[in-house]
Amino acid sequence: MTVLTFAKAINEALRYEMRRDERVVVLGEDVGVNGGVFRCTEGLLVEFGPKRVMDTPLSESAIIGVALGLAANGMRPVAEIQFSDFIFGGFEQLVSNVAKFRYRNAGHYAAPLVIRAPVGGGVRGGMYHSQSPESYFTNTAGLKVVVPSTPSDAKGLLISAIRDDDPVIFFEPKRLYHSLKEDVPDGEYTVPIGKARLVREGSDVTVITYGATVYDAVAAAEEVEKEGISVEVIDLRSLIPYDWEAISRSVRKTGRPVIVHEAQKTSGFGAEIAATIAEREIYSLEAPILRVTGYDTPYPLVHEHLYLPNKDRIANAIRKSAAH
Amino acid sequence: MRGWWEFITILGKRRPPDPEDLGLERELLMRMYRLLVLTRALDRYLLRLQRMGKVALYAESLGEEAAMVGSALALRPEDVVFPSYRELGVYLTRGVPISEILDRQLNTVDDPLKGHEFAVFGDSRFNIVPAPTPVATQIPVAVGYALAFKIRGERRLAVTYFGDGATSKGDFHEGINFASVYKPPIVFICLNNQYAISTHVSRQTGAATIAQKAIAYGLSGYRVDGNDAIAMYLVSRSVFEEVREGGDPVLIEAVTYRLGAHTTSDDPKRYRSEEEVRYWMERDPIERMRSYLISKNVMGEEEDKALWAEVEALVSAEVEKALAKPGLDPMVIFEDVYAEPTPQLREQMEEFRQQLRMERVMRG
Ligand SMILES: Cc1ncc(C[n+]2csc(CCOP(=O)(O)OP(=O)(O)O)c2C)c(N)n1
Repeated sequence: MTVLTFAKAINEALRYEMRRDERVVVLGEDVGVNGGVFRCTEGLLVEFGPKRVMDTPLSESAIIGVALGLAANGMRPVAEIQFSDFIFGGFEQLVSNVAKFRYRNAGHYAAPLVIRAPVGGGVRGGMYHSQSPESYFTNTAGLKVVVPSTPSDAKGLLISAIRDDDPVIFFEPKRLYHSLKEDVPDGEYTVPIGKARLVREGSDVTVITYGATVYDAVAAAEEVEKEGISVEVIDLRSLIPYDWEAISRSVRKTGRPVIVHEAQKTSGFGAEIAATIAEREIYSLEAPILRVTGYDTPYPLVHEHLYLPNKDRIANAIRKSAAH
Repeated sequence: MRGWWEFITILGKRRPPDPEDLGLERELLMRMYRLLVLTRALDRYLLRLQRMGKVALYAESLGEEAAMVGSALALRPEDVVFPSYRELGVYLTRGVPISEILDRQLNTVDDPLKGHEFAVFGDSRFNIVPAPTPVATQIPVAVGYALAFKIRGERRLAVTYFGDGATSKGDFHEGINFASVYKPPIVFICLNNQYAISTHVSRQTGAATIAQKAIAYGLSGYRVDGNDAIAMYLVSRSVFEEVREGGDPVLIEAVTYRLGAHTTSDDPKRYRSEEEVRYWMERDPIERMRSYLISKNVMGEEEDKALWAEVEALVSAEVEKALAKPGLDPMVIFEDVYAEPTPQLREQMEEFRQQLRMERVMRG
């Protein structure tokens, strides 16, 4: 075990896979000489050289399209999009090409690539350095979507993503990059894609979340515990595929689900979870399914702490649910 | 199709011509110089405000002032500018008051863009369309804006500014290609400061210049000394006049250098040598203009000192005023999403209002 920040854990996973597998290459804006604007690729250029660590021209479309070509031709590319807010320049490649590649080719060619992108707010980043665009991609068959929230999961899931035979969009909550440290297993360490993490056990209310809001949910759970409400917190970790077993087990126990994410409410990933709970577990419910999310506005620069699903907003929703 | 192979400079010449030979009056030269000084002074203050935590993020103009001021000075008020996020010198040249730029950067109650986004500036009163942070996305929009001028027969033009990095994006190529077909009154100005964060322009393109990219689209491209406000002004003035009169779109490449960091979260020591920076320091656009004006007796040393002192005092007084202003009401978050909020958004506004009330109660 070594104490690592979230960013260092990403770095460690990339280095580990690049040492293990020569097919793994890294490409993106400022990932080489500069080591990435969040320093996630620091030192890789020196260790692996410019054939395997490529600073690219400023073009998200080319980064994603080229990554797909590399993947189709036997490499294992890990492309970095500097902020998930800029992924839309490559949206066509991602949605029309990457996602449908296997299906279109009926399996003749595959797209084993990873696209890493910092996601979410809380860093005074304003409209275009804070967004949570995951549901554009969860609504696109063929893509896997992963959002780790701890350094260990970041390492274990990134290694799994690189080894996965399908394209994985790997969202890294940027406000956790340098604010968080924990013991991370050394060497070989994988976390399976599609398995949730039980963060905290409880019996009255279930909070289902992912990414940086896991910590706000835990803080809210601790607060309401003083009022006698026992809260279970589930970190989904992976959205496509997501761990229905973990959700249903908990909802059967508490009957009171609260779903939390930073992305806007309307058509957010929470809607999918809520609909599935309503479809399959409606008779287990003791309270309406609640959502605490970003509001349906572009991400604002000012007052972002009020816009985000913060501890207070989550605690209020938990109280509301528990009151039923 | 003209121009791209030549490097146009005035102040870079061994013996720069006299102002009279260039047809430039003292008044104009002094206005140009004052704007350069003002841009630098305000730029420094904004950087300081960022370091104090008052501004979220700031992208310096240091070293690029001449390319901004020289070109913008050739615009008319009715022309429309589509900047990216670094063009402080353009805003000031358009006559935007310092107070308004500070309100914007500090997100005071008078922020013309209501704190929705940072760094970028824009104001319809000055015909400046606020920049998007996603690089190059303003370029096709500027083409469309210019096309509307053409459709209505107005003799106005649109100018869009962008960096060397932006020329790698599809939006640049698709925008300029579209313009080459419909030929609206637009001028594309690439501020080639040689870096896109850490990436040198030689890693953006295999082409020797940006200007030559115009040729592939059947348009003219000019490569200008971007650290030379006079060359930038003269080229822009003649290009703008031609385009206003119905000439084809033009690409201008201003070759300059970003002397500072990319933004306040960047550390340029990681990717470029101090030697390189020193080389460009010696070609500081403001110092170049200053020595020209002094050598040609347009301005005296004392006058220069007085100008700097006057500008510094002006900026610092405006900063004091802006810092004393209150911030924006949280409800601004919900403004301008649509002309009329949707029913769902209205509900959320109500929920947010309640959240604010509770916050206030809890804070006592
Ligand atoms: C589409 C997009 N991708 C990535 C970024 C992140 N980013 C911000 S500025 C920048 C470099 C831009 O370089 P350039 O166009 O040369 O302009 P400069 O900043 O040098 O003025 C990058 C990569 C962005 N803003 N937009």
